[in-house]
Amino acid sequence: MNRYPEIADRLMGLDEAVSRFVKDGCQLAIGGFTITRNPMAVAYEIVRQRVKDIHLVCHSNGQALDVLVGAGCVRRLEIAYGGNGRYAPTCVRFKKAVQRSEIEFEDYSNYQMSLRFLAGALSIPFIPTKSGLGSDLMNYEGFPPDIRREKKVASKKYAKMQNPFSEQRDEVVLLPALTPDVTILHAQFVGDDGTVRMKGLTFADIEQAKAADAVIVTCEDIVPRSFIRTDPDQNSLPPFFVDAIVKVPYGAHPTACYGFYDYDPKHLNLYRKMAEDDALFREYLDEWVYGVSSWEDYLTKVGMEMILKIKANPVIGYAPGLDRK
Amino acid sequence: MIQYSDNEMMALAAGRFIKDGDIVFAGTGVSILAATAAKRIFAPKAVIFFETGGIDPSLDEIPMAVADLRAMAGTSLNSGLIEAFSIVGHRKLHTVAFLGAAQIDRYGNLNTTCIGDYFKPRTRFSGSGGACDVATFASGVITFMQHEKRRFVEKLDYLTSVGWYKGGNSRKELGLRRGGALAVVTNLGVLRFHEETKEMYLAEYFPGVTIGKIVESTGFPIDTSMAVEADAPTPGELQILREEVDPQRLICQAVLAAPQK
Repeated sequence: MNRYPEIADRLMGLDEAVSRFVKDGCQLAIGGFTITRNPMAVAYEIVRQRVKDIHLVCHSNGQALDVLVGAGCVRRLEIAYGGNGRYAPTCVRFKKAVQRSEIEFEDYSNYQMSLRFLAGALSIPFIPTKSGLGSDLMNYEGFPPDIRREKKVASKKYAKMQNPFSEQRDEVVLLPALTPDVTILHAQFVGDDGTVRMKGLTFADIEQAKAADAVIVTCEDIVPRSFIRTDPDQNSLPPFFVDAIVKVPYGAHPTACYGFYDYDPKHLNLYRKMAEDDALFREYLDEWVYGVSSWEDYLTKVGMEMILKIKANPVIGYAPGLDRK
Repeated sequence: MIQYSDNEMMALAAGRFIKDGDIVFAGTGVSILAATAAKRIFAPKAVIFFETGGIDPSLDEIPMAVADLRAMAGTSLNSGLIEAFSIVGHRKLHTVAFLGAAQIDRYGNLNTTCIGDYFKPRTRFSGSGGACDVATFASGVITFMQHEKRRFVEKLDYLTSVGWYKGGNSRKELGLRRGGALAVVTNLGVLRFHEETKEMYLAEYFPGVTIGKIVESTGFPIDTSMAVEADAPTPGELQILREEVDPQRLICQAVLAAPQK
């Protein structure tokens, strides 16, 4: 008997979701922002399946970005910000990968990347903004010309044009749309009809999802249609945008999930320390990614004590008084 | 004698710039300390918001990143990046942004991207994030810096975020309608920009700091003729900062690490 007949064909495990949708060389977008609502369980599964040559398109994806770059899954990166707030002012493996010329990278800003996802979602080829005028973001093309012809790589980083509606000099920057092969995101709720509800800030998750060819959503829980359709103003995505649904409680750990759990300061500090050293980072991956047999196993390693410490007060949304040093 | 940390002095010096009705774009670290101090001490009718989309959070605890759950608790609205940037540049709003940087030049242009060659950097930093965007759209930018010669440079290794660009009228000529660098707050003092040339000058030095120390910590010539000593924090200000703004003392005591967001 299937409890969720409406989404039965889309409900699957992490292994199937990744093997079906996250291919070698694919262009990937990640939901969440720095230390919040990163789809970590999916990121770990991508590492476990040793997906290669990913073209990652990011605004400010912190922890998932750093794990994927550090594990060698990423070949090409378009990025606005590689940092984890006070827990890593610059994401450590991202920093090393750039300094060692291990990845191809191109810089944009957060708003530029968000607009590029929006353009993809709107099915328009480019989008104008004033942001970037005078900045070296618009002076340095990160990617060499030979990869500009490759699939899903824009033929140039940006273009400038005169505002066609003005007689006076008025320059704008044009940014190429992004249409990732797959977007992965973590939500608080998915209805048993497939409707997605994200709580707290949505960052650019909605634009990223609508811009993508395929969308994997992990969630804290699957809830009845009667619940998710009672207050539809709260919902983020209709069911038809979602291709794979995986129920993964604590699936954003060690990043936070509003209303459910805070970020895990101890783990983020441990990660930064281990990421600083190549050998220790391999140990980190062995211990926390390759070496875990299931998500339950991962959470067991995190431990009940920390799970309880970071558990959010459901009214306040975070874990008040949590030791965040 | 009252004891206080660099971060506390910087937060209060920056907070004094904020007026009632200002919409304040905050980052983390000393930036959120300053924004919250501004609201609790100097401008209770200012509104704090984050590029991630959190608007007017209650800030009962201090966020450690702009995506911290504490930036989305008690807000008037939780939205996303596109909405947040529609506020930064809104023509009806006076928006002031707090930023940090690894390098700054005399026109208040900022580098948060790299030291050395862009393609093979000696040190890579986080990148623009929303910094280039708010530097483009906000009514004014206040930047927090550690005051060191290697950070106050003649020429940036990478110009991430535009201040007064090449000085004079050059920012406007780029096609940017408003904004520009309002002030730079360092661990030594407060710098502002000449009305016409848009060059940085020393406006205030903090108690216990000499003008000579600031001159030798700045990698380009700087006008000090208008400098005055800044007011030290009052016991009342420090009490609010420590007991209401940052009761867990996560940032009040910390040493500023750049670049920050």
